[in-house]
This record gives sequence, structure tokens and C-alpha cells, in this order.
Amino acid sequence: MALEARSKMAITKLHDMHTRRRSRNVGLGLALGAFVLLLLGLTVVKVTVLDPSIAAQEAQN
Amino acid sequence: MTDATIVLDDNHEAGFGDYFALLKPRVMSLVVFTAFAGLIVAPGGIHPFLGFFAILCIAIGGGASGALNMWYDSDIDMVMKRTKSRPIPSGKVTRGEALGFGLTLSAFSVVMLYLATNWVAAALLAFTIFFYAVVYTMWLKRATPQNIVIGGASGALPPMIGWAAVTGDITLSSVLMFMLIFMWTPPHFWSLALFMNADYDKAKVPMLTVTHGKRSTRNHILVYTILLAGFAAAMFATPLAGWSYLVVAVVMNAAFLRGAVVLWRRNEEEAEADNYKAERAFFKLSLAYTFLHFMALMADKALFAYGIGGPF
Repeated sequence: MALEARSKMAITKLHDMHTRRRSRNVGLGLALGAFVLLLLGLTVVKVTVLDPSIAAQEAQN
Repeated sequence: MTDATIVLDDNHEAGFGDYFALLKPRVMSLVVFTAFAGLIVAPGGIHPFLGFFAILCIAIGGGASGALNMWYDSDIDMVMKRTKSRPIPSGKVTRGEALGFGLTLSAFSVVMLYLATNWVAAALLAFTIFFYAVVYTMWLKRATPQNIVIGGASGALPPMIGWAAVTGDITLSSVLMFMLIFMWTPPHFWSLALFMNADYDKAKVPMLTVTHGKRSTRNHILVYTILLAGFAAAMFATPLAGWSYLVVAVVMNAAFLRGAVVLWRRNEEEAEADNYKAERAFFKLSLAYTFLHFMALMADKALFAYGIGGPF
């Protein structure tokens, strides 16, 4: 029944299903983008701010 | 198990919001707040980015356990008025999708918390997810009226995780923050169950109101509220409590105890006559109770930093 409904659907017409699919794709894209930024931030913090040798070097300067 | 059937949405295309709803955002907000409080009041400090990252991991882990709960409890959710519009019973998301989503986010949040902070915080988060999804949802919820008492441990752990993210340890202070939420959970949920009884009855969930009746539930609420006041007072034995906490603890515990006594003295005729007015008021007060206690602990930490006041 669901297949029949889909086959009758005009491809140019925006259905509620497309809206939901779009929101899912955009949401997933944004979530993945945020994850990349978070990992970048985590790496920067771990490598620079929390590295004792860098902290000691900065203290000397 | 109930015999309800889930009818999948014809188009079965979940939006982003449906997946987000699987994370139980309202429960997540309490998790975030208490974990944040634990992180703030912990001695020492944490880099702000790592603190933010840790809270995010705790929130995602808490949300993941919510998704696992919805996966397992979809038959119950189907028959309860309060939960029948959730993504699985409404046919937006399949049970398998919810399971995969919950398991992936669980593993992801624990590993990321370990990488950002330490293994103690990560282990506590893993234990929280396990306790909520397995011990509470799978073992206790359908088996015993003590389900929310023991299961409440999972909701009480976030401040301990926040604390551990900073210090890497478990101390009396963090355990008392745990106990504050642990002892608060039964009166909070039982007061809700008093006026939502029909829902739990229909879903065959053995809530205390269903198995032992409302009289017994009122007695239990009073006993747990008295015990809760004891644990709230015990916080004065830690270096966390200052003047803000003193004021909040005295006012809120007096109000909460008074509310519990009012509920204890009422019978069903009186409660039904005013549509459970006192029970609803007690439930609302319980929300303010935890919020204000943790706010006071954070306020004291800020005041101590400026040299105002000090631990008792």
C-alpha cells in the first residue's frame, strides 16, 4: 500500500515525506559538522593548553 | 508485556526532530543541569571547552539511554496517554532504528568522555546508561513497585559524573549530591503517579499506586521526604555548603516536608474533589526542590571564590 502510494506521487510535488527526509538530512549534516568542529577543538585544547611542555615554554616566554 | 501493536507510518520517514525526541530532551535538561552543577562545584577547575565537551557527552549518553528505554518500552508507551505520541508508538521511527541509535550514541558518548576527561567519568557514564537501560527498564520497571526507587540511581548519577570529569574521583561530596537526587526521585514520581494512576494501570506497570494503593503511596512519600531532608542536611558536612545552601535547604525542606504531610493526611475523596490539587502542587514543588538546591551549591562556590562566606 505504501509502495502504491509512492508510485502515484508526482515527482515535482513536495510531499510531507520529503520535508521530513530533508530535515533529517540537514540535521545529520549539521550534527556531523558540529562533531568535526568539536574534535578539532578537543585536539587543539589537548595538544596546546594541556601539554605541560608547551605550558612551561609559554611560562618562560 | 502489553498486547498493543505499533502501526508504522505509511511513509515512514522520520524527521530530525523524531530522532531528537528519542533522546527524551526534557529528561536530558535535568541531566545537563545536575551534571553542570557537579562540574562547577568540584574543587579545582577544568578547561571551559573540556567542561562543555564533558556536559555534551553526558547529555548524549543520558539521551542514548532514553532511546534504549523507548526501544524496549514501546509496547507500554503505546497504551499510555502521556507517551503514545512518542516516535516509536506514533510510527515515525522503528524499534530497530531506535535500538541502533541508542547503542551507537551510548558507545560514542562514553568513548568521547574518556578521551576528553578521564576513565572515572567515562565509567560512571557507562554505568548510568547500563543502569537505566538494563537494570531499570528491562529488569525493574515491569517487575517491582520499587522500580523508581532503585532505578532512580541512574538519574542521580550525572552530578557525580560532572564532578569526576573535573577531579577524576568519587568523594563524600559527590556521593551526597547523588543521594540528594536519589532520595528525591521517589516522592517526585509517586506524587505524579497519584494523579496519573490510570495511565500506569492501563500499561500494567507495577507502580506503587497500582500494587499497594494510594494510601500506601502517601505513606511512602512522607517517609522518603523525611529521609531526603536528612541527606540535604548531611551536605553541611561537606565543604560545598555555605549560606546560600543553608537558606535554600531550610526553606525548601520545610516546604517539601509540609507538602508531604498534607498529602499524607489527605484521602482519595478529598483528592478527587479538588482534582488532586495538593498532589499537583507537591509535584511542581519537587521540580523547584532539586533546581534550587543545586543552584545554591553553585552560588556558594561562586561566593567562596570572592571570599564571601565559607563552608560550615
